[in-house]
Amino acid sequence: MAVVTAPDTIAAAGAETIESPGRRAWRRLKKRKGAMVGLAVVGIMVAVAILAPWIAPYDPIKQSWSAVRKPPSELYWLGTDEVGRDLLSRIIFGARASLSAGLISVSIALSIGVPLGVAAGYIGGWIDALISRITDAMLATPFLILAIALAAFLGPSLGNAMIAIGITATPIFIRLTRGQVMAVKVEDYIEAAAAVGNPRWRIAVKHILPNILPALLVQATLAIATAIIAEAALSFLGLGQQPPAPSWGSMLNTAQRFLTNAPWMAIWPGLAIFLAVLSFNLLGDGLRDALDPKSR
Amino acid sequence: MLSFLGHRLLQLIPTLFFVSVIIFGLQQLLPGDPALIMAGEERDPEVLAQIRKQYRLDQPIPIQYFYWIKGVMAGDLGESMRIKKPVSELVLEKLPVTLQLASMAIIIALTIGVGAGVISAVKKDTWLDYAANIFALWGISTPNFWLGILLIFLFSVQLGWLPASGYVSLGEDWRQSLATTIMPAFVLGNAIAAVLMRHTRGAMLQVLTSDYVRTARAKGLVERVVVIKHAMRNALTPIITLGALELGTLLSGAVLTEQIFTIPGFGKLIVDAVFNRDYAVVQGVVLVTATTYITLNLLADIAYVLANPRLRG
Repeated sequence: MAVVTAPDTIAAAGAETIESPGRRAWRRLKKRKGAMVGLAVVGIMVAVAILAPWIAPYDPIKQSWSAVRKPPSELYWLGTDEVGRDLLSRIIFGARASLSAGLISVSIALSIGVPLGVAAGYIGGWIDALISRITDAMLATPFLILAIALAAFLGPSLGNAMIAIGITATPIFIRLTRGQVMAVKVEDYIEAAAAVGNPRWRIAVKHILPNILPALLVQATLAIATAIIAEAALSFLGLGQQPPAPSWGSMLNTAQRFLTNAPWMAIWPGLAIFLAVLSFNLLGDGLRDALDPKSR
Repeated sequence: MLSFLGHRLLQLIPTLFFVSVIIFGLQQLLPGDPALIMAGEERDPEVLAQIRKQYRLDQPIPIQYFYWIKGVMAGDLGESMRIKKPVSELVLEKLPVTLQLASMAIIIALTIGVGAGVISAVKKDTWLDYAANIFALWGISTPNFWLGILLIFLFSVQLGWLPASGYVSLGEDWRQSLATTIMPAFVLGNAIAAVLMRHTRGAMLQVLTSDYVRTARAKGLVERVVVIKHAMRNALTPIITLGALELGTLLSGAVLTEQIFTIPGFGKLIVDAVFNRDYAVVQGVVLVTATTYITLNLLADIAYVLANPRLRG
């Protein structure tokens, strides 16, 4: 039997654990087919949104009375709408509204929710009680109803819809961050950091935040999916992107009136929303598994 | 049990207080003078002064809140500026419609969601399991307003089987009532069914590998009896309460679904109020929704404790 000396053991263990957490997560994520498909579709959609002015075959707001409600053809791949605008071009440009709504509203939710969650979880006491009760109150109002109410009072526009969705999504991040911080703050390394005289803010930023990032990343990915649906819903109701600027939700609203004569007007924007939401959901599910320390 | 109930009821007080503060605070988001916005086209200084007096807009915000909440606690949710009716009356008028839709949606969601979840767990790693998982992913990712439009296209425009819009109450003609509500109820139930399916599958998989199920099998019981009598009974307790918690999804979904199918319920009331800038109605509907949601959460918690003897204490 081979005898392994202590230094050898340490070296072998060192070689095994040298992989950084990011690399490990990426290696695990790559094994999940659904997540990779989701990531690929998200990547394509982001590229389409950025390159929209160069790849869209037509001007998305240019009306053409000679091309009203044309079915899909070689000239108009996805057909045209009730005023002769090319649907493919509108869907390509609509990706900008949907994806930016998803990203910006989740960024708003993160930038408000994470500091409040850290404060509630780390400081505790009456600050925690106050923040937690407000969070409970916001979570008690159904997501879309609160978003509609906020958007209604702020006024209809894409920017206000993003703010409304962002604020509505904030309590989820407060609650998640608070829970994570409470679990992390009792760890030995946090006590050690406090014992050597680190101020509280430094412990929160340097030691606690990096350890709760994986959970936040998963939630943020899934929240983007919810925000995309919410933006489409608000635009569908006329509270988001305003015409003639293209948005998948408002395109569906218009399409409803032309179901008998031009059903293609309803199919493509809905499919675009579905694909975007599905991709973020797949990616979020995959990230959750890949970042779970128990998974291999 | 009593102390649990008391504790949960005590927790409700601050939550309800902050809900009321948030909903009242919405009014402060209005850009400019709320009286001008409330008056709409009417710019007569006398009318404006009357609105300011009626809604106490000339008073400090805490005083405005005090009078508002005092009214709310007495059942006065304000008055619709457009329909000129008390908001509480409007809510009571529309509530039965949404309740019918919601009940049908829950029945559909439980039937599909629990059924698919149980089959998926029992037939793990077979094509049935994969199909159920794909269904769940589809249900979670499909915007219900798109699904509604697709169903109208298929069942109303193409096949002509169901009316595309409108509503007939159960008391008026139950067959026609079902015909007008089955599509919107399915749309509403679809997303919840997907969530329930995932939870049922998880709970069933856990239960199916537990010792008592193994014992039941070892006794020589038929698999059907093991699944239905032993596994499902335990796995489904949290699922039933989860159904109550999905009410938020249901109410959010109702807003869009009622709009698409032109159903005069709670959801349509809030959308119409938004377009008519009838802010008292928006506030009233959000308040009633939040209170209902909180109450149902409490009932779900109590049901869970009652159903689980270990938690009764």
